[in-house]
Amino acid sequence: MSAGIRRILPQLLTLLAVVALITAFFPSFLSVEMVDGRLVGSAIDVLKRGAPVALLAVGMTLVIATGGIDLSVGAVMAICGAAGAWAISNDYPLVAALLIALAAGLACGLWNGVLVALVGIQPIVATLILMVAGRGIAQMITEGRILTFSHDGFAFFGSGTIFGVPTPVILWLAVGILFTLLVRRTALGLLIESVGINRRASALSGVNATVLLVFVYMASGICAAVAGIVATADIRGADANNAGLWLELDAILAVVIGGTSLLGGRFSIIASLIGAMIIQAIDTGILLAGFPSEYNLVIKAGLVVIILVLQSPRLSPRISAALSRRRKEPAPAGSATEARE
Amino acid sequence: MTAKALMAGVAFAALGTAASAQTVGFSQIGSESGWRAAETTVTQQEAEARGIDLRFSDAQQRQENQIAAIRSFVAQGVDAIFVAPVVATGWDSVLEEAAEAEIPVILLDRMVDSDPSLYLTAVGSDLVHEGEVAGQWLVDEVGGEECRVVELQGTTGSSPAIDRATGFRNAIEGADNIEIVRSQTGDFTRSGGKEVMESFLQAEGGGADICALYAHNDDMALGAIQAINEAGLNPGEDILIVSIDAVPDIFLAMSEGDANATVELTPNMAGPAFDALEAYMADGTMPEKFIQTDSQLYTPEDDPMGEYERRKDLGY
Amino acid sequence: MLLSIRGLTKSFPGTRALDGVSFDLRAGEIHALLGENGAGKSTLIKCLTGVYERDAGEILLDGRPVAPQSTHDAQTLGIGTVYQEVNLLPNLSVAENLTFGRQPSRAGLVQTRKMRAQAEEMLSGYGLDHVNVAQSLGAYSVAVQQIVAIARAVALSGKVLILDEPTASLDSAETEMLFSVVRDLRERGLGIIFVSHFLDQVFSLTDRLTVLRNGQHIVTAETAEVSRLDLIHHMLGHELEEAEHRRHATKTAQQSVLTFDGTGRRGKIAPFDLTVSRGEVIGMAGLLGSGRTETADMLFGRTPPDSGKAHDDDGPVSLRNPREAIAAGFGYAPEDRKTDGIIGELSVRENIALALQARRGWWRPLPRAEQRELAERYIERLDIRTSGAEKPVGELSGGNQQKVVLARWLAMNPRFLILDEPTRGIDVGAHAEILRLIGEVVESGMSILLISSELDELVAASDRIIVVRDREHVAELVGEDIETDAIVRAIAASDAPAAAPAAEVAR
Ligand SMILES: Nc1ncnc2c1ncn2[C@@H]1O[C@H](COP(=O)(O)OP(=O)(O)OP(=O)(O)O)[C@@H](O)[C@H]1O
Ligand SMILES: [Mg+2]
Repeated sequence: MSAGIRRILPQLLTLLAVVALITAFFPSFLSVEMVDGRLVGSAIDVLKRGAPVALLAVGMTLVIATGGIDLSVGAVMAICGAAGAWAISNDYPLVAALLIALAAGLACGLWNGVLVALVGIQPIVATLILMVAGRGIAQMITEGRILTFSHDGFAFFGSGTIFGVPTPVILWLAVGILFTLLVRRTALGLLIESVGINRRASALSGVNATVLLVFVYMASGICAAVAGIVATADIRGADANNAGLWLELDAILAVVIGGTSLLGGRFSIIASLIGAMIIQAIDTGILLAGFPSEYNLVIKAGLVVIILVLQSPRLSPRISAALSRRRKEPAPAGSATEARE
Repeated sequence: MTAKALMAGVAFAALGTAASAQTVGFSQIGSESGWRAAETTVTQQEAEARGIDLRFSDAQQRQENQIAAIRSFVAQGVDAIFVAPVVATGWDSVLEEAAEAEIPVILLDRMVDSDPSLYLTAVGSDLVHEGEVAGQWLVDEVGGEECRVVELQGTTGSSPAIDRATGFRNAIEGADNIEIVRSQTGDFTRSGGKEVMESFLQAEGGGADICALYAHNDDMALGAIQAINEAGLNPGEDILIVSIDAVPDIFLAMSEGDANATVELTPNMAGPAFDALEAYMADGTMPEKFIQTDSQLYTPEDDPMGEYERRKDLGY
Repeated sequence: MLLSIRGLTKSFPGTRALDGVSFDLRAGEIHALLGENGAGKSTLIKCLTGVYERDAGEILLDGRPVAPQSTHDAQTLGIGTVYQEVNLLPNLSVAENLTFGRQPSRAGLVQTRKMRAQAEEMLSGYGLDHVNVAQSLGAYSVAVQQIVAIARAVALSGKVLILDEPTASLDSAETEMLFSVVRDLRERGLGIIFVSHFLDQVFSLTDRLTVLRNGQHIVTAETAEVSRLDLIHHMLGHELEEAEHRRHATKTAQQSVLTFDGTGRRGKIAPFDLTVSRGEVIGMAGLLGSGRTETADMLFGRTPPDSGKAHDDDGPVSLRNPREAIAAGFGYAPEDRKTDGIIGELSVRENIALALQARRGWWRPLPRAEQRELAERYIERLDIRTSGAEKPVGELSGGNQQKVVLARWLAMNPRFLILDEPTRGIDVGAHAEILRLIGEVVESGMSILLISSELDELVAASDRIIVVRDREHVAELVGEDIETDAIVRAIAASDAPAAAPAAEVAR
């Protein structure tokens, strides 16, 4: 347990720092009220707006843990959203529409997984195919327009609330917890990490790397499907051109901020989720602060660079060492010069 | 090539003059947006109504495809060529080829950097003017009352975003009661409009301090309307909504009282183009080098449901 | 004094790897650095070359204090190093690896032809005439890679050359070639630090030796003045309990558990017949590249056989991939522990439990308490030196990593266990311990295929020995014939008798 906390401590501290920074600019950031039986406030907006990236980050964490990457998730979001919107606007029952969207996500994941695990194409190239082609597929479903619908049941997944909490928040929390339990209560997590660190040695130990790889890409696909449902339900329409656009990059960033190495290996879904919230807090903070739009990307990039530098494996031990040293012994005046010699 | 077209071509060449164009080549950029798809549909409708054989080519966002299409139109000996250019530069040589073949070229919707003598005319809307119409509506609407406006901008740095922002500011310049208090990009998308509007509401006292929203396109306005609804406010009443484009969905919102005004960016660039071409073919009348389309304002008084029905099958 | 280290101290979380160690290296000497697995030899070297930041102590080169921050720094100071885990880039060509960072170039462009010529020159003298320097390094065996690393380090070392277990994967001929290069360098006045667990090599090559134990300096002496027994005593802190030679089984009516008929794979190993009996150790001898590892890879389904069939009492056994082999009760501790054995960032516990877990399936996790218990048992039984079961295996010393891989397979309790060079990089004490362990498990009915370059080890442990040459099983020695000379003769009985390598064996 304490080891678990220690794992996510850097991410938690970063989130706190970002929140503190925003609150300095925008004092009411943390205030939350109950209006008409729903929680309202900027912090709630962060949790809600961060849902797509958080959902994508769950699947992306698993993919990255195997040493892969999934560039297609943004496009898969568009496909699944379009499929769901198509079904609901053609009067399919809600459950069927949701299942169609999820099935589309699974199929996309299967496609990626087969290309990577069986055909042996490098993940970045294999998923690039769907990243490029996926929006075309989504546009075919929506026939090039924003496919709108008015179905309160479907829209509930974007703008509804459960006990005052926005549904997207419940969804990403649930998916995150579900996958965490799935990989940590079984041996999946261990086997995924093992394949990510050393696929050859794992295969020689009897680990079925092929099946695991297909699994993680399918997991990523289904997470993208849920994200696609949320994004589509949110605006009550499937926007094939823009749904999930560039979100794959935010999802990768969330995983990286979450401390999972792009080389694969040890991973933490919870840390990635916190990473996603850090990114969203920055995004929302920038909006609230009211800077001109031209500065959005620069400010975001600057903050991300600072976060990654502070968390870098080369630097962070030195920083924490320096901090603890200062805490233990108020450095005597001479020590600095001595050390320099 | 049909025999009819061939004969028409021959007849044209033999007589050296003709009453009207029979075949027109149209090189379209692609179908990246609903508006673009509507433009294609309207162009085809206009051609049909005039009995013109329209040769359509979709360039899928690539200039080399457009150049190839124009060359092939020239080779086919069409009477005129319409181009919606994907970029502004690099057209000189292919336009010269068309000029040598004495085929008039009309630009639709976007401009090129080539010498104006290389094309007959360009048909397009004036983006600044659109912003001005929207701003003027707001000035008239609020009268002299204080009004704090939030603005949803288009993609940062894009010319529609810059020009529509400029036009709106031009219009409200004299009205000291109107002030733009927040301005952020929503990337022209519904989700962007919704997310940014949520932050505006948070930042402006839950929306109580906002009097109007100006969105650079209808899609962002539609997203913002949802955000306002979900915040428990009444869009169209608590917050006035004015936007640009006149896509079908904004008329639906208007008919429900959620939107107050939209400025049309007409997809009908082809109509004025055909008119100019007809006049030129008939008696050599040279059109203006730039034909500005109307930027018509629509409000709930203008039968929004009717407008919706008229537009909904154009491919938006 | 060329190089002196004073009071060097280095701690890792949970371990004090070096505790005030001092060490001197003269110009023109070969100095052995000895000690058990985990004694701190590699750590000492890495502190010296700046891979690790030392906690305390000083390093004097030519009497002046130095503090290299990286291997590159060390090279500029004239210290060339071959680390225990070869650190080259398998995707680059041999020539690029050899000249990396110093490629001849003009106007920013690498002059490929000149680079290859340089590379060939660097390799001459190591007997690697068959190596094409334009090929990517990964295409060659561990042994060739090892020699490339050595050639590179030799070329880079102006004053000091450090070799951390350079001979672990070399055969006797290659080892001899390396030694003559090293002796040359000594003549030229270099100081050479030589780490090895082969005591014979220590006695034949080195001038002085230093022994570490548990991160502490135990003794430094002239090699000639130390007896073998004393040396072992210094290293272990106690006497060595020699593993008794196993009686070569001549038990009658042995129960056969597995039969391979005409099993082979084109281009890898010619078809052979093999019957494995219950509780038997089959030794396998041959030069590097002769087809030993190929045999193991094939029997375990890694490069599945394309001819012949395997069966046991219950019928045919399918070996199309490692999982099938494992399901059939096979186990395989491969030769190259770094790329094929350990999962570096996983803990000792997870590494040991991995194969068991994979066999149970992902939906039936091995309870953590059980994993812990398993890990503790093997840490104890194989004397794995680690600060705990949760330590990442990549942070263990080389020999201890090897033990973890062994533990993984012993925990599976397979009926047929293939061990490819199981004692590579393992210290004298643990070596005897592992041989004893092999004796123990075969008593309980396990059968073992033991591949080894150390003929003494084969002789000591095997019931019969298969000799492999030119990708063919050429001879089988049983009973009285099992002795080193016979093996050497069988290995060398090739078409070119003159090339018979002097078999180097024994520790
Ligand atoms: N990076 C590291 N992190 C933590 N502990 C380490 C690290 N490297 C080495 N150690 C520990 O330091 C001790 C000394 O290890 P070292 O590699 O120096 O042993 P060695 O003498 O080279 O052994 P071997 O003969 O097995 O190669 C061991 O207990 C090892 O677990
Ligand atoms: Mg070592």
